[in-house]
Amino acid sequence: MMKHSWKWGVLALALALPMGAQAHKMWLVPSATNVSGADPWVTVDAAVSNDLFYPDHMPVALDRVAITAPDGQTAKAENAVTGQYRSVFDVHLTQPGTYKIAAVNGGLFASYEADGQKKRWRGDAAELAKAIPAHAKNVEVSESINRVETFVTNGKPSDGALKPGGKGLELVPVTRVTDLAAGEAATFQLLRDGKPAPGLKVMAIAGETRYRNAQEEIDATTDKDGKFSFTWPHAGMYWVSASTQDDKSSIKPAKLRRLSYAATLEVLPQ
Amino acid sequence: MRRLSLTLPAILLTAPAVAADLNVTVQIPQLNVAEYHRPYAAVWVEREDHSVATQLAVWYAQKESKEGAGTKWLPELRQWWRRGGRELELPVDGVSGATRPAGDQKLSFHEGKAPLGQLAPGKYELVVEAAREVGGREVVRVPFTWPANAPQQVTAQGSSELGAVKLDLAP
Repeated sequence: MMKHSWKWGVLALALALPMGAQAHKMWLVPSATNVSGADPWVTVDAAVSNDLFYPDHMPVALDRVAITAPDGQTAKAENAVTGQYRSVFDVHLTQPGTYKIAAVNGGLFASYEADGQKKRWRGDAAELAKAIPAHAKNVEVSESINRVETFVTNGKPSDGALKPGGKGLELVPVTRVTDLAAGEAATFQLLRDGKPAPGLKVMAIAGETRYRNAQEEIDATTDKDGKFSFTWPHAGMYWVSASTQDDKSSIKPAKLRRLSYAATLEVLPQ
Repeated sequence: MRRLSLTLPAILLTAPAVAADLNVTVQIPQLNVAEYHRPYAAVWVEREDHSVATQLAVWYAQKESKEGAGTKWLPELRQWWRRGGRELELPVDGVSGATRPAGDQKLSFHEGKAPLGQLAPGKYELVVEAAREVGGREVVRVPFTWPANAPQQVTAQGSSELGAVKLDLAP
């Protein structure tokens, strides 16, 4: 009897949790966020998982990885390899300043009915027309733009790599993004298509969730300028994320557009 | 007449001929550990808003050696690094130095002379940070007011990577 009610209690709790708490998280984790010396390198893990930051679900596709050097040019991921659960690559920090390491995923999702069956499809705009048969009914197309980032600074921080591209959700640091410390407040700005994104919920979860019984999520909401702040409760690698949807897809048949942003940020002890 | 007698010492204190001294003793503890490396350490003076008033010393392995490789590990002095260490072109004359062994390490600084230079009157903190390879990291802060009216000693005690930090102020 006890066992029975406990089981249903867990199920009810699981159903009550917001979707975000259960969805898989995509992340990039660098081996260091501040480096120095004559020839600095970092190594980066890139994966999708439930727990932060333990690769247990699927790797991030390396062709999605884009590294921006402090001078705004693209830098190469070196020694890249994709395993069962994670991708790994190195970044050679040949310039002084802040590097942005990103994985950008996006595309179109479609659902439709054809020949009496429900079908689902994903791909890009060029493939859409021939992918869905002309006699398909109840066609629904949505677009998604997902951006996952992390940052590494060689020596003195710089802003050259942090310029927003103007598409989807993007983060603009107000506080130096590789300069975060436990107990201190850090402020960031969230942009939607290059403009301030007000009223969006942003959450931060510290890594090592495997060794906690709760996510210990901390929340903030962007103000009218798209700005939000977190005061980090302790040192560690944090996963900061936000998501939203709208009807502003630039690809014609897609009505719904899903946008998400996530960053892995390192908070150091005082 | 009374007014004059009050202002006279103040004039003497700020006159450049009377150079104030700032002497620092940093105790590096003897640690009984299996793998010992000398700590990287930094000594600097912070204003009340945590901005750096002056860099006084940074001790690190300046060459490739068994103690480590050059500037690679300097960001491990985390607070020093973010508070201005990363702005420096190392080595800095009179600031950079080799790592030091366990014991009392004495440093003397003179007003008007590098690296102390001129410190505006006000409240400051002397900050000492030490980080050791395969060891710990510790920051010790010693608040003081500059300049001192009389010889004064302010101390703070570290607990792991640093021992006592003594600051002797001479008017």
